[in-house]
Amino acid sequence: MRTIHVDDISIAVKKLCMEACTILGADVLEALKRAQAAEESPIGAEILGRIIENAAIARTENIPLCQDTGMAVLFLEIGQDVHFEGGSLTDAIHEGVRLGYRDGRLRKSVLHPITRVNTGDNTPAVIHMEVVPGDRLKITMAPKGFGSENMSRVTLFPPSAGIQGVKDFVVQRVQESGGNPCPPIVVGVGLGGTFEKAALIAKKALLRPLGGANPDPLLAELEKDLLERINRLGIGPMGLGGRTTALAVHVNAYPTHIASIPCAVNIQCHSSRHREIEL
Amino acid sequence: MTDEAKRIIAPLDSARVKELHAGDRVLLSGSIITGRDAAHKRMTDLIKAGDPLPFSIEGEIIYYVGPTPAPPGRPIGAAGPTTAYRMDAYAPLLIEHGLKGMIGKGQRSDSVKQAMAKWGAVYFTSVGGAGALISQRIKEATILAWEDLGTEAVRRLVVEDLPLIVATDVHGGDLYITGPAKYRQR
Repeated sequence: MRTIHVDDISIAVKKLCMEACTILGADVLEALKRAQAAEESPIGAEILGRIIENAAIARTENIPLCQDTGMAVLFLEIGQDVHFEGGSLTDAIHEGVRLGYRDGRLRKSVLHPITRVNTGDNTPAVIHMEVVPGDRLKITMAPKGFGSENMSRVTLFPPSAGIQGVKDFVVQRVQESGGNPCPPIVVGVGLGGTFEKAALIAKKALLRPLGGANPDPLLAELEKDLLERINRLGIGPMGLGGRTTALAVHVNAYPTHIASIPCAVNIQCHSSRHREIEL
Repeated sequence: MTDEAKRIIAPLDSARVKELHAGDRVLLSGSIITGRDAAHKRMTDLIKAGDPLPFSIEGEIIYYVGPTPAPPGRPIGAAGPTTAYRMDAYAPLLIEHGLKGMIGKGQRSDSVKQAMAKWGAVYFTSVGGAGALISQRIKEATILAWEDLGTEAVRRLVVEDLPLIVATDVHGGDLYITGPAKYRQR
């Protein structure tokens, strides 16, 4: 049994919030540079250049990459041999978000869905916890902007729709989203499970580093096919035309019911932000 | 972008609006206002009730932005454009009441485009997600109205060489249609 004080979790979450919003991952930067080199549209290439320049300014000036510093989405993988002391784990996570958004001068974008009254500190966060073997704690902070979140969808196909139905749905979703989600996007696809499981694994697919192939050959093939179709749409950087509409398509799959093909598409803007820490 | 861009000064008039065409690169300087979802609802409610707005929109360019808090010594934090379609329900009425320009990202609805053509207004876009870069072109920021809305409050910004692209003009040009059409592969 290993003991972790919840105050250490607040401190870690605070740091993750601030870093995630100002430092773009090296994998995303590399993908943007490759796209810029290959982009045929002059405006598209110029936009990609500005996105890369923006990441440099954000890092050196310590200014958020994007004004939409998102709703805080946290994934916790909790070793089953970990014991938490000092208070509520959930409260400690929210406290970390509150401190991170305050001290990092991040935008407070969270409000009541009906009254639209802002909570003032960007809490509550959306927290996903999973118990895993071991005595470690892994925390991933993925601030989610809603220009792209608003473009995401879940649908439940009958089995007769088949993989073709799934592919058409994903491509159609990107087509209809156009410039709204700030392309070049990352497309997270969740296939299978239940209504909510499909959405969750689609979101988790966005956390996978860019540039690597899916270890499952069937899914790797699907990702490659979807990416090619999406980049033939011509939407391009910021929707103004070009070859780079998506940097990657990531698919997660999970067994499902005999009656269905649950399919979730979670769209991520080019500011594909996430930071993790292991305690 | 810089060397071939048209330099324009805000506020705008109809004659200047007519000179702008979809695809033009623009460097905007001068005074603009900000507003997004919540401010648009308030403006619309006031106009529909026949009440005056707490600021004038005549000739103004409105920037759809909800900035992050300003760091010490700076007027504003990250300040990139937000998605414009959410303002489509409100924009035609504001255009009818004198609004001359909008800055956002993403395509506009037919009703907004019709209002733009009828009353003379232009829609610019800048690079979404480039909030840190755009922030450097904003020289002053003051709250004009509705401070209670926090990031959604209406601000007056003084900008210098803000790099924009004309996305939709008064002549029927829409770069969100013509741009992708050029690169679409069947």
